[in-house]
Amino acid sequence: MITYIEAIRQAMWEEMEQDESVFLIGQDIGIYGGAFRATAGMLERFGPERVIDSPISESAMVGMAIGAAMMGMRPVVEMQFIDFIACAFNQIYNFAGPNHYRWGQNVPLVVRGPSGGGVRGSNFHSQNPESIFQHGPGLKIVAPGTAVDARGLLKAAIRDPNPVLFFEHKFLYRRIKEEIAEGDGLVPIGKANLARTGRDLSVITYGAMLHVALEAAGRLEADGIDLEVLDLRTIKPLDDEAILATVRKTSRVIVLTEEQRSGSVAGEVAARISEHAFEWLDSPVVRLCCPDTPIPYSPTLEDAYLPNVDKLVAKVRELASY
Amino acid sequence: MAKLSRNWGPLHPVADETERLAKSELPRERQLEIYRYLKLNRMTEDRLSNLYRQGKVVGGLYSSRGQEAISVGSAYALEPQDIVGPLIRNLGTMFVRGVQPREVMMQYMARADGPTGGKDVNTHFGDLQRCLVAPISMLGALIPVMAGIALAGRMQKKNLVALTYIGDGGTSTGDFHEGLNFAAVLNVPFVLIAEHNGYAYSTPTSKQMRVKNIVTRAAAYGIPGEMVDGNDVLAVYEATKRAVERARSGGGPTLIEAKTFRMRGHAEHDDAGYVPKEMFEEWKKKDPIERFERHLLSSGLAVEEDLKKIVAEIDEELNREVDAALASPMPPAERAFEGVYSEVTK
Repeated sequence: MITYIEAIRQAMWEEMEQDESVFLIGQDIGIYGGAFRATAGMLERFGPERVIDSPISESAMVGMAIGAAMMGMRPVVEMQFIDFIACAFNQIYNFAGPNHYRWGQNVPLVVRGPSGGGVRGSNFHSQNPESIFQHGPGLKIVAPGTAVDARGLLKAAIRDPNPVLFFEHKFLYRRIKEEIAEGDGLVPIGKANLARTGRDLSVITYGAMLHVALEAAGRLEADGIDLEVLDLRTIKPLDDEAILATVRKTSRVIVLTEEQRSGSVAGEVAARISEHAFEWLDSPVVRLCCPDTPIPYSPTLEDAYLPNVDKLVAKVRELASY
Repeated sequence: MAKLSRNWGPLHPVADETERLAKSELPRERQLEIYRYLKLNRMTEDRLSNLYRQGKVVGGLYSSRGQEAISVGSAYALEPQDIVGPLIRNLGTMFVRGVQPREVMMQYMARADGPTGGKDVNTHFGDLQRCLVAPISMLGALIPVMAGIALAGRMQKKNLVALTYIGDGGTSTGDFHEGLNFAAVLNVPFVLIAEHNGYAYSTPTSKQMRVKNIVTRAAAYGIPGEMVDGNDVLAVYEATKRAVERARSGGGPTLIEAKTFRMRGHAEHDDAGYVPKEMFEEWKKKDPIERFERHLLSSGLAVEEDLKKIVAEIDEELNREVDAALASPMPPAERAFEGVYSEVTK
């Protein structure tokens, strides 16, 4: 049994063992092993040429990685907290994303780091900025909700010829443990996972909210409501087929995500359902997201901000009787 | 008006004092090749101006007039394996690296057979087979990217040096600082040439920075800096050569400041009315190509006929290049939807 953060460490470790073009850039990833220990022991094993401690320069970290990636290297950049990806926005959004379309040059780059709230991290250590990048052509975005997926998707991201943003969820880092099978366990980017099959209503989600959905499903069994839970796993490109399949099956959908509601991934999923499966719906598509506020610090405030099982159960009951 | 020029005026004494070019051991044939690239740079841009006036250039047109010596002199100092990231005013760099004029013309005219097939504009194309990296419009961004190329080259033991450029305005970006600092910390084989041409669009250098010379910033990164007369192609060549050799032998990055002047507006649409006329007059006397011509003639490396012959050959070449570029159609509409992702698996 390994934790979600150990799954991430294993994925990088194994890819570095089998491919010498894989290397790491990040802040405090060397002797310290990373703020969350994702790179613990790597400096000793792979040396300072492949485990590069960076100045506090997110834009240069990504820029350096883009240059190296174009040369055929496979850099993995760690954002100490994914909130700081904002400081590298231009390099990711304007350089890495459009590069292949513009002049045919691959950028096999991974930018990974801890996202998400629930750990009282306040506004700059709790964000889920994935929807900002969902808008950017040429980028892929991954957000695993299980340890098995974290490992398999990170390996797939490192091997992908495109720039991949890898949004880990820090709430899950040491809270979940799973059995990892032998072998690579690659999980394809772009494929959602039906985490629970059900008849009555679909919850489409990803990341830590997957566990909220599964817990709510257990509680709703007593009410005779059978939830289906679709874990997107990849946010860009979205798995339209899986999204539309679950909509056609249950005809009622809640999109549950841990982002501010406006301009969210949830909004994009809802729009696709409206465009392509309107006639299958028995009720409006509902988004259960965070409010359009910065992320508050105090537990009472953050709990009010985040979606949770109670909020989801209430929303499901409301929608089931629509 | 004197106030505007205070940043670099004293560094450029009157024309006759800077007339003599730097000493160079380059043999005659190579100096004539440099001359050919300088003329190719300028004459291609003249042809592009014509195409622009005929309405054939789809977007804006950018001129490097007056700055050709920086592009040509620096690119000429590179070895074949070295990788360069030119900016919008580095057409000469691209030519030295083997780009054909028709490629640039087709890019400007958005044609199907251009290097990006109509997907991107002007000099925004690259080809790592030819050791060229495409820029993005956000200045400074190429600095960490090229430093990353240098890093990868070192990891792959390719013995290469990465070189790119920045304008005086571009030195105000965060990426200039982050990129140069990180490159210095990692001691990668990287050369940055700051082209100090007096203006960033309409903004004079005095509004970009309080320092007189960009090169003083090298000290802040703990790397060597060198200031060079950017209108002396041999001086640029020699300075770049020193920096490239130092980088290749493990000496890390260098910041070179090349003083020059932008002899046109920001782009073809801009008449540069904000530049005092006397500055254009002063700098016209220091035209880098005319200075190099006088050098070739006075040092006995060439006679008038040699230079005329080179110009005539370029003229003929450009006739063919323009015809070839004009013969290319516009790209098919469906191309707009292709190639967002690379499908190449590992």
